[in-house]
Amino acid sequence: MFESLQQGLQGALKSLRGKGKLTERNMRDGLKLVEQSLLEADVSYSVVQDFVARVSERALGERVLLSLDPTQQVVGIVYEELIQLLGPVDPSLHLRGEVTVLMLCGLQGSGKTTTCGKLASLLLENKTPSMLVAADLQRPAAIDQLHVIGQQLGVAVYSDKSATDPVTLCQKAVQQARQDQIRVVILDTAGRLAIDQELMSQLTRLDRRVQPDQVYLVVDGMTGQDAVNSAKAFNDALELDGVILTKMDGDARGGALLSVKHVTGVPVKYIGTGEHLDALEPFHPDGMASRILGMGDIRQLFTEARRVVDEENQQELERKMLEGQLTLDDFRDQLERMAKPGLMQKMLGLMPGMGEAMKAIQNEDTEGGMRRLVGIINAMTREERRNPKLIDLSRRQRIAAGAGVQAQEVSQLVKQFDMMTPFMQSLAGKGLGGRLQAIRQLQQSGALDPGGRIQKVKKGTGKRLTSQERARLKKLREKELRRRRRHGDNSPE
Amino acid sequence: MALFDRFRRKENPVSAAEPHAEPKVAAPPEGEPSGGLLSRFGQALKKSRVLFQKDIRDLFKTDGELVDDALLDKLFARLIKTDMGTGPAQAIRDRVQQDNRGRVVRLEDVLNSVRESLRQLMAQDTAPIDLAASGPTVIMVVGVNGSGKTTSIAKLAHLFVSQGKRVVLGAGDTFRAAAVEQLVVWAQRIGAEVVTGKSGGDPASVAHRAVAQTLETQADVCIIDTAGRLQTQVNLMQQLEKIRRVIGKLIPEAPHEVLLVLDATAGQNGISQARGFSEAAGCTGIVLAKLDGTAKGGVVIPIRQQFQLPVKYIGLGEQADDLVLFDVDRFIDALLSDHDSEGGGGSEGAG
Repeated sequence: MFESLQQGLQGALKSLRGKGKLTERNMRDGLKLVEQSLLEADVSYSVVQDFVARVSERALGERVLLSLDPTQQVVGIVYEELIQLLGPVDPSLHLRGEVTVLMLCGLQGSGKTTTCGKLASLLLENKTPSMLVAADLQRPAAIDQLHVIGQQLGVAVYSDKSATDPVTLCQKAVQQARQDQIRVVILDTAGRLAIDQELMSQLTRLDRRVQPDQVYLVVDGMTGQDAVNSAKAFNDALELDGVILTKMDGDARGGALLSVKHVTGVPVKYIGTGEHLDALEPFHPDGMASRILGMGDIRQLFTEARRVVDEENQQELERKMLEGQLTLDDFRDQLERMAKPGLMQKMLGLMPGMGEAMKAIQNEDTEGGMRRLVGIINAMTREERRNPKLIDLSRRQRIAAGAGVQAQEVSQLVKQFDMMTPFMQSLAGKGLGGRLQAIRQLQQSGALDPGGRIQKVKKGTGKRLTSQERARLKKLREKELRRRRRHGDNSPE
Repeated sequence: MALFDRFRRKENPVSAAEPHAEPKVAAPPEGEPSGGLLSRFGQALKKSRVLFQKDIRDLFKTDGELVDDALLDKLFARLIKTDMGTGPAQAIRDRVQQDNRGRVVRLEDVLNSVRESLRQLMAQDTAPIDLAASGPTVIMVVGVNGSGKTTSIAKLAHLFVSQGKRVVLGAGDTFRAAAVEQLVVWAQRIGAEVVTGKSGGDPASVAHRAVAQTLETQADVCIIDTAGRLQTQVNLMQQLEKIRRVIGKLIPEAPHEVLLVLDATAGQNGISQARGFSEAAGCTGIVLAKLDGTAKGGVVIPIRQQFQLPVKYIGLGEQADDLVLFDVDRFIDALLSDHDSEGGGGSEGAG
């Protein structure tokens, strides 16, 4: 998407390089593209209008720099303005000395209950015990759900199945927390429609009577144009202190955040990036800005990578990489970490420009392939792992037999490892920026085609096919892939 | 909050806005050739400022109005706000422009043309669920997290029960905490049988047992719940294929229906959802949930365009009987009707 935005801008602003200033007239086509891109990311119409007006105001009269082409300049301004609008960040929960009460509210199905658990998990990491309060008396089994989450985390849950009024329930819960000397109370309120006056006034009452220290609005990252309406209603009813954006592990661009931020003006605290209770991450405006523009979220990619490789291990690896002493053992360690289900897709999805690659491997069993590679390495002797050059024909046969693969796969792995080593060496010791550049280069050279490098695995079909049958199936698969690709490209621009 | 200042200004009585409008009338920005049109231009400008929050019908009120860029932009804004996306909205805008460029049109002409094209697009026979010709009907329900699957299943089951059918529910969401309990509570309320599995167990086995029980007890309908999943989670999407396969082992034609539950507040990601779930689970229709709020669910329009997926039911609340058969005319009317709360929300803020 971003590529198409940039290409479009390039066309629209081609004639501008190095001469004159940005004017309303010569920027018009470019801004139209920005507008369209934001609308496709689900930023609300009125917010887009406002934003584009702001960008054009700022860009107007700016000299087109000789060194820069106007596209970059406009994108740069758009990006900066987006970051400014999404910031500032404030990941603190503002805990007080005594009991701090956090309240979560939002529409049905936005992810409040799960987010409650995630917050408790986060607090637990900082050795702060918390208490979850099941104030959702509406949805069947919402109380049970919170109890299950509490059990998983080992966190106290306050609930009362016979309660009818969430206000008294929450008041009692806060008292209980005081008695038990629990420092943080998290209120899980019922999901409600923004236009449901009765429930909204109940929420206002809850806010007044229980007086939570922090009120967070939980917003579904996939929300469309309506985000602006619901955010407005919640913002009017309550004094919001922050926003938590959920379900950002999918492919939603998350433009709703821009709308919500625009309406409420409160800082974005966290983003939810998965169903597991540790999938809550501090918010970074730059990552989000590029995501909304369709550039991929580089920062989250690195957070994800860091999550996989722990710090100590990483340093050891760095050292080895730098010295070019990486062995197949290290390679296996890395593979084992990467072979976690869904991880590859997640990482590739976050990588800029990798949208296509992701589609290509969508049907490949990447994790299975990695496990296979691990199996091959396991079948090697220690000597062979340390020095793959040792592997000759007969060793190769032995390894293949041991791992239950074909001999050719063994040589492919060794070749792959050989190719990676110098690259890893060049990567080591570089900062985030340098690494990114290296990855980009690699990407451009086509070397990082994950479908190509990580070996394609023949899956057991349950029956042996003749070569004709195989050829036919292959043809069918390719046809399907082409169809899918065409189909994917058919989306309206 | 410059945005809301703008709304506030618009709410002022027209007389207050007039002094501001005058200079604009004196110098129309585009420099149109005819001076005689000036006053009309002025009117149009003033109107568009006042009527921003109103129905498109109001944009064309009185005898008629010139179709110009300002007007088309307003039309575009209204279309975008339904979540139909830039593609379809732009197409409609272009069509209106092509048909009416430079003409003074009446409300009915333009509106009818928009409505008609949408109606044609969404046209479908309101056949609800395709019941099996013989034997029980198996319905599988899929969707992203929090879209309203479990509630929609309860409503659907209620509908069948009220038609005198016997319903078996399969609690296939073994992942989310207490999802099974939620379905059990619903089953008790509406009087349906329910087949459950262990938390964290294999959903395909729950589905298998649910279908088996349906066959055994000769129930009429079996509805399989599944855990919410994002369409990008490949391994989870493969799980859906497996559930399908397992069901098909017991009844070759099953599942007879695979319903995608789509949150009406969802934006353009709905398209990706429809694509992902159709590929993995072979959806046959959509249940558009949570349409009782201010969201209009316009994303079903591009979904219809690209995947031909019909909307079968719409969810209008939290009660068991809040499920309504999709009606094209009423949906299109509501899509372009004026309960746009953005203006309303603005007035609350100002008051």
